[in-house]
Amino acid sequence: MATVTYRQALRDTLRAEMIRDENVFLMGEEIGLFEGSYKITEGLLKEFGPRRVRDTPIAEEGFVGAAIGAAMLGLRPVVEVMTINFSLLALDQIVNHAAKIYGMFGGQASVPMVIRTPGGGGQQLGATHSQNVELFYSFIPGLKVVAPSTPAEASAMLKAAIRDDDPVLFLENLALYNTKGELPAAVDEVEPGQIGRAAVTRPGTDITLIGYSRMARVAAEVAETLAGEGISAEVVDLRSLRPLDRATIVESVRKTGCAVVAEDDWLTYGIGAEIAATIQEGAFDWLDAPVRRVAMAEVPLPYAKSLESAALPSADSLLTAARETLRATGRLALETAS
Amino acid sequence: MAETTRSAGTAAPARTRRTRGTKPSGPETGGEAAPAPGADVPAGTAPGGPDAETLIGYYRQMLLIRRFEERAARAYTEAKIGGYCHLNLGEEATVVGLMAALRPTDYLFTNYREHGYAIAKGIHPDRVMAELYGRSTGVSKGWGGSMHMFDTEARLLGGYGIVGGQVPLAAGAALAVNYKGGDDVVMCQMGDGTTAIGAFHESLNIAGLWDLPAVFVVINNGLGMGTTVEHSSAEPELYKRGAAYRMESARVDGTDVLAVRDAAVLAVEKARAESRPYLLETMSPRLKGHSVVDPARYRSKEEREALKAADPLARMALDLADRGILSHDDRDALDAEVTAEVDAAAAFADRSPAPDVSTLFDYTYATPVPGELRRMPADPVFSS
Ligand SMILES: Cc1ncc(C[n+]2csc(CCOP(=O)(O)OP(=O)(O)O)c2C)c(N)n1
Repeated sequence: MATVTYRQALRDTLRAEMIRDENVFLMGEEIGLFEGSYKITEGLLKEFGPRRVRDTPIAEEGFVGAAIGAAMLGLRPVVEVMTINFSLLALDQIVNHAAKIYGMFGGQASVPMVIRTPGGGGQQLGATHSQNVELFYSFIPGLKVVAPSTPAEASAMLKAAIRDDDPVLFLENLALYNTKGELPAAVDEVEPGQIGRAAVTRPGTDITLIGYSRMARVAAEVAETLAGEGISAEVVDLRSLRPLDRATIVESVRKTGCAVVAEDDWLTYGIGAEIAATIQEGAFDWLDAPVRRVAMAEVPLPYAKSLESAALPSADSLLTAARETLRATGRLALETAS
Repeated sequence: MAETTRSAGTAAPARTRRTRGTKPSGPETGGEAAPAPGADVPAGTAPGGPDAETLIGYYRQMLLIRRFEERAARAYTEAKIGGYCHLNLGEEATVVGLMAALRPTDYLFTNYREHGYAIAKGIHPDRVMAELYGRSTGVSKGWGGSMHMFDTEARLLGGYGIVGGQVPLAAGAALAVNYKGGDDVVMCQMGDGTTAIGAFHESLNIAGLWDLPAVFVVINNGLGMGTTVEHSSAEPELYKRGAAYRMESARVDGTDVLAVRDAAVLAVEKARAESRPYLLETMSPRLKGHSVVDPARYRSKEEREALKAADPLARMALDLADRGILSHDDRDALDAEVTAEVDAAAAFADRSPAPDVSTLFDYTYATPVPGELRRMPADPVFSS
């Protein structure tokens, strides 16, 4: 057991997977000589050389497409797209090709590749550099989308993604890179995670809090606060946005009778909308209060700190929504409202 | 035989290139200037000249593709084929010439106009026709249709419907060939309209930069749907774009099967022996509309007349007759044989079963996830 940062977990896992399988190689902008915009690939060019750690030109569509072609021939490329904002330039290759090749050729060729890409606001980077557009990818059959929230999950899910025969979007959040956690084993012994499985990271009986990536961490924080007030919150970390583990969500809500979904993207048509619909279809009769959603304010994210902070979903906003939901169920008395 | 251009300028900084095979490759030496545009390319004659059998073989393949496409057009009007249907009519010499330059283990990526390529790459016409009919015996099991044929064994790595979408994939396949240390070549076919797409430029840049064994072939039929090359390309002599990526390039008469083959052989050799990409442009007028349903009203009467003279099949038949290789009677016999083959393909397609609906969810993921949604349109997500 070792305490590592999310960043370190990713780096060590990439390294372990490259040692394990000769077909695993990395490509992306600035991942080699520069050692990664966020230093996830630090030291890897030195260790593995340019054949396996390949700097690309600034040509997202070109190099993501090239990774797909390489994967069709049996390699296992792990592509870093500098941030998810730039993945939009490769949208055609990801949506029309990576996701479709297995199906449209009747299962004759698969695309075993990973696209690692960080996102998220909170860094004062302005409107074009602060987006979470995982929804675009989560919408597409043929893609798998994972968004781990802790170093241990990051390691397990990255292994699963690399070993999976399908294209996997591996979403990181800039706010998580320096967060710490324990790995359950030495990195080369970490068990691959299960894509398509959510985790109940904290059992509870009064309310279900559902999140992924950064918001799963926020949900855990809020559950802790509520515990101090005698409220037992269950936290569901989705981990995988496609396939989506609807059963775990529904099971939890059937137990607790109410839920708040926390997402780091925009509300309208967002991931939270899908979760709320899932709860409506699977746990309507068990609900004691309407499902609430906490999401980013529906604006292009501003630069000014005051505005940006106000726009992002936080522990405070989730706590407020959770309290209001609990009050609606009668599990929290009206006078304890803050 | 073909106009060629090499990267101009000797002052370019020497870059160490990864080489493969026997030919050493030194710093760029600069090359001959690009020849006058539009020059007519004479009929190709390989050293020693091809033997009669080879010529008849090429002719037969071209004829097979012609008759196959005509049959596809008919089947489309009979509603046996749905969706889009883009034919190779007029491009048969190009198709056959290009495929003649590849080894069976070389890879091919194409756009959506690929029936002829599938056949010339060695896929049985029965399976190509069955795909058009949307049958489970089709080359892509009925999942692809006209635009998305694929066959692992023939190394046809797919027809793609997004203009230019296949070009980055081909670069990546070539990267994989190098990574694994093989000496196969990846050929990537596309139309002239494709050269305006960003993915085209990104991919050629990457292939040039990384010394990839890829041959990019632009089939210049003069049109992207109804838009002429001159109307859509700032530099309508498309092969010249190779210079921007320090890539050798050539333009060849696409109605002459030998000229195409010989030009393609040069390109493929360059890719195989030196692991350098190549850009080949073939001048290959399409005889009919963009797809089966396009009456091509954007063409003038004069153009239509001129096109008749550009028919590579008629030209080759005349040429073979003149040279005493294939008599009129021989040709008719060959035609009857090929037509029977196409009839058989259509009959095979007709009697083949449609894909079973129970297989609908089989090809979403190569690594399926237990419990993943398999919901038909009217089904509830949760049954309880
Ligand atoms: C990205 C994209 N834009 C537009 C289309 C619609 N479209 C299909 S074929 C075509 C013309 C392409 O012309 P060209 O590349 O010259 O190929 P050709 O049809 O002549 O073989 C267009 C515009 C498409 N399929 N993909």
